[in-house]
Amino acid sequence: MFTLLVLIPVTGALIAWLIPSNEKRPWVMPAVACLHLILVVVIIAVPPPQSRNEWIDLDAIGKLFLLEVSALFAACAFYSVSYLHYRRERNNRVLCMGMQVCLAAMSLAAGVHHMGLLWLAIETTTLSMAPLVYFNRNARSIEATWKYMLICSIGIALALLGIFFLAYSTVVAGLPPSLLLEPLQSYAPRLPIGWLNAAFVFLLVGYGTKMGLAPLHTWKPDAYGEAPGLVGAMLAGGLANCGFIGLIRIYQICMASGNVHFYRAALVGAGLLSLFTAAAFLVHQTDFKRMLAYSSVEHMGLFAVALGLGGKALYGAMLHLIGNGLAKGVLFLAAGNIHRAFASKSRDSARGALRRAPWSGALFLAGFFAMTGSPPFLIFSSEYSFFAAAFTQGHPLVGGLLALLLMVAFLGMAMTVLPVVFGEPPKNRERTRYHDKALLVVPPLALLTILGVVGIWLPQPLYKLVNAAAALLEVAR
Amino acid sequence: MNSFADQLLVLVLLINILILGTHRARVAIRAIALQGIVLGTMPLFIHPVQGHILLITLFVVLAKGLCIPWLLFGALSKIEFSEDLQPFLGYAGNVIAGAVATLLAFVFATRLPLAPHHQQLLTVPAALATILAGFIALASRRKALNQVIGYLLLENGIFIFGLLLTEAVPLMVEAGALLDLIAGIFVMGIIINQISREFSSIDTSRMTALREEE
Repeated sequence: MFTLLVLIPVTGALIAWLIPSNEKRPWVMPAVACLHLILVVVIIAVPPPQSRNEWIDLDAIGKLFLLEVSALFAACAFYSVSYLHYRRERNNRVLCMGMQVCLAAMSLAAGVHHMGLLWLAIETTTLSMAPLVYFNRNARSIEATWKYMLICSIGIALALLGIFFLAYSTVVAGLPPSLLLEPLQSYAPRLPIGWLNAAFVFLLVGYGTKMGLAPLHTWKPDAYGEAPGLVGAMLAGGLANCGFIGLIRIYQICMASGNVHFYRAALVGAGLLSLFTAAAFLVHQTDFKRMLAYSSVEHMGLFAVALGLGGKALYGAMLHLIGNGLAKGVLFLAAGNIHRAFASKSRDSARGALRRAPWSGALFLAGFFAMTGSPPFLIFSSEYSFFAAAFTQGHPLVGGLLALLLMVAFLGMAMTVLPVVFGEPPKNRERTRYHDKALLVVPPLALLTILGVVGIWLPQPLYKLVNAAAALLEVAR
Repeated sequence: MNSFADQLLVLVLLINILILGTHRARVAIRAIALQGIVLGTMPLFIHPVQGHILLITLFVVLAKGLCIPWLLFGALSKIEFSEDLQPFLGYAGNVIAGAVATLLAFVFATRLPLAPHHQQLLTVPAALATILAGFIALASRRKALNQVIGYLLLENGIFIFGLLLTEAVPLMVEAGALLDLIAGIFVMGIIINQISREFSSIDTSRMTALREEE
């Protein structure tokens, strides 16, 4: 069953490669997305018998991530049909293939418990998206692609070194070498602390680069700013969360070692630094796609802080995995539409989106509220649990800083979002041929609806899944 | 056996310095190819020869010794390239930095809590020195192609550390990591090509369109 999740998108990529027509090719993606999403729901609802293969083990964390990625990909897939219709002059073969290879790699990352194979899956997501950042083929996008490729490759190389340190710690401890999650968790208390700490630091740096934790985030504004909207959505909602899954796996091992203070402090510190950096750059950000990149840095920082706080925040972190992914989908897809409606992504020339593209403008505004944790959207619940954890678990300073930085980020984003949505459309700019169309508006609207509904009423199976995932992160006592 | 492996590692360290000191891209690519081949054959001298080890050797030699240099030469041939690599530190500065990094790697490695049977080996200091050399090359070179060579040095350093772990890291992961490395260099080669077309140079310090404006 699980193998199919990887094979379906790979097959889809092959089919996309074989289809000669630029017009028909994009339809492969929605077909693959529907199959994938149905299969994910079936696997979660009716768990297949435990496989004998220890490498593949789809646990609750993997299931949540899979659900989020599959829903986000479905939205992007339907959106892409209409988007690529606007871009008929550009060959879309590489884009269709890259998106699906990336989906396959992300599905694999959700289900593997082998640290080496997980690393491979994450590295593959980086590679498969590189040509997509360069879809617009101009000087700015090539610069963004180069930075993305070089910085992420170096980051992921350091993560590999971290994995080697982890394996070496088992050698030093005289244990049978292994890179599987469960044996490593049971070994953890006996692993030499120096090597385990080194492994943690390198994996935090490596997967932190992939997530975009400050100060390793420098590729992010460029890549998110220059990539097409749907690629940005996959980068922010898929690849960044993928880096978080990598971090979660090493966290699970380190927490089992019993010596947790260093890891907690490092995660809270890295998270707060990201929040601070994001808040600083969100103020006066004139480019609304770069703004979304800093918002992503902010939310990755929240993930790190949540892992560092532990306890109640872990439930919130798992909820946030869905909230961040889907809200980023809404924002990037709507931002892509506004970008096209004005042929600009600067808040100075793209003003009054509600007049020119009312649906996209409204979605962008609602997405902004969803992303910044306003009720009734899901992120309100997850952010609430971070505050609750900080204040009730004896970290009032962290809680206070969180509140302050989130408020600055909210105000900073509002200063960009509000003029883009409400202002007067500039008279001197010509209308582009863009108009809101069903396939460009319904996918982000669907994501937004899920965020709203789940924010008010979390269905019982999902609630259980989130709790089970959080339980996997708890320190075994 | 191990003394021969150590001699090979000394060769690897010398290649690091050569790469940091050269101002010719072709020399640097040939040197990184040679380093790849030397590293690829190392598992043969460290471990008892079995099918698993032979396969790894074959993979690595083909990937690092032939495939990647071929991709790099391919990228090089398509661009108008002045041989001058213009490192920020100057060539002598680079060599000195490389030597200091190697020294520090040896000092630091003696303090690491290694497994008893690894303490006398050059593997760990050589790995650290190569990783540091990679960072020096990455930080000091402006040209995209030479940043790729820095990245390859970094990867080679990590590979050397991995020599201690051949039993722990399964063949599939090794092969996959190599495939990803080749794919990565392939993509980088294409991007370098596009950079040279777009900027009439592969000097990455000219890419400033995306600076955060304040």
